[in-house]
Amino acid sequence: MIKLNFSKKLLGSEGSFDLTINEEIPKERLSILFGKSGAGKSTILGILAGLIKPDSGEIIVDDEVWFSSSKKIDLPPQKRSIGFVFQDYALFPNMSVLENLLYALSDKSDKKLVYEILELTELTSLKDVKPQLLSGGQQQRAAVARALVRKPKILLLDEPLSALDFAMRAKLQDEFLNIQHKLKTTTLLVTHDISEVYKLADFVYELQEGKVLNRGTPSEIFGGVGISGKFKFNGEVVAITKSDILYVVSVLVDNEVVKAVAGRKEVQNLKIGSRVVLSSKAFNPLIISAQPQ
Amino acid sequence: MEDSFFQTMKLTFELAAITTLILLFIAIPIAYFLSQTKWAFKPVIEAVVSLPLVLPPSVLGFYLLLAFSPKNSFGSWLEANFDLRLVFSFEGLIVASVIFSLPFMVHPIQSGLSALPKNLSLAAYTLGKSRLNTLFFVLLPNIRSSLLTGIVISFAHTIGEFGVVLMMGGNIAGETRVASIAIYDEVEALNYDIANQYAMTLFIISFAILLFVYAINRHFMRAEIK
Repeated sequence: MIKLNFSKKLLGSEGSFDLTINEEIPKERLSILFGKSGAGKSTILGILAGLIKPDSGEIIVDDEVWFSSSKKIDLPPQKRSIGFVFQDYALFPNMSVLENLLYALSDKSDKKLVYEILELTELTSLKDVKPQLLSGGQQQRAAVARALVRKPKILLLDEPLSALDFAMRAKLQDEFLNIQHKLKTTTLLVTHDISEVYKLADFVYELQEGKVLNRGTPSEIFGGVGISGKFKFNGEVVAITKSDILYVVSVLVDNEVVKAVAGRKEVQNLKIGSRVVLSSKAFNPLIISAQPQ
Repeated sequence: MEDSFFQTMKLTFELAAITTLILLFIAIPIAYFLSQTKWAFKPVIEAVVSLPLVLPPSVLGFYLLLAFSPKNSFGSWLEANFDLRLVFSFEGLIVASVIFSLPFMVHPIQSGLSALPKNLSLAAYTLGKSRLNTLFFVLLPNIRSSLLTGIVISFAHTIGEFGVVLMMGGNIAGETRVASIAIYDEVEALNYDIANQYAMTLFIISFAILLFVYAINRHFMRAEIK
């Protein structure tokens, strides 16, 4: 059981706000903190890792108190069983990939585990290379591998794929999902990318100005439940243009803009930035007049 | 004459080597502290460390001379308790040189540590490593070029100092006469040949040291992230 219940005053771009979190993170699942930048997502990871101190509250992981303002407990990061993957990966440039992993190993006799993780993350052939010579995707894998070496109770990832291009991101998402299913780690990942939420998350917390707006599975939160579509994409409205009696709605799905027609009533509920589900059924109910006007 | 030349050069390099070694041990904790702290009095410490950069060496030498003089309380306390007389002695020269060259060791190490991504040390902490372990296995190995710069510049600067040495050590052959003072001494005695021998030796050694640093640093820079 991972229980987070804390608050901290944060300084945002539009004045200060309170980060107030009272959640339980499901074990052996991949949960995602989703929200705009500045919503406090990364701060939550920092607090969980012991790198940032909350103003008050408590953090309990498997009956072990990591932080409690009332009991005056604040375990340092060294004493918390976490794996942290930083946005810039923070691999040690003076060590090779293998040395980075060995340095992380708390029980030095368990070198077998290091080689297993290298194999799992497909880094065995690159083990003697210094991290600065790796590609972005390889660095990301090395950072995840290093975080897994300590067999952490929670794996924390701070926008781990944001620095990578689209194709690499999709590939690493698949790989990461694969690792997650094999190892069944409890993972908390921060992202502002909605497609990542759909692809990776078992559970998602939508965060706005330091508060959890919604929690649930991705489709519970972002809609799309109950539509029996033949195909179904989640996207974001980027433009709405009027064309005669209809409206053309441009929707960003992954990295492509898809255009769809909509009536006046449907458009009323939409604005640029709205999240929508784009779906089509086998028998498209749209009727188009064949008569010239 | 040859003997005194080698004696003076040996003394000069001994002083520089010992000073550099002591400085390395003192400067790493100071630089680490300054690179990490958000303490309100940080500027005070920085100013004290940097003071030898702007003070005339004779000013520093004068106050050190006063402080360590057995006629004054601190000097007499040192002599009574440690049998240590720092004025006009080799030990005194070391103390003075350490103080005088402190900024040349602290500054490169401090700026090297400050330039490292903060996440490197945070990552080490999340991997269960203590601050000391992180400093020695993650931070210092990644600022090798800064360490080398600090070591070599401090060494070269100690060889080249004049004012502090003259004030604190005087000009005792085999005890406190270093090369820079010997040059002055020989010129005063109109021994231009010997003065030139000292001067040329210092000139060549200084150039060789700097050439070495810049060549090595280029090599390090390629290996490090910048």
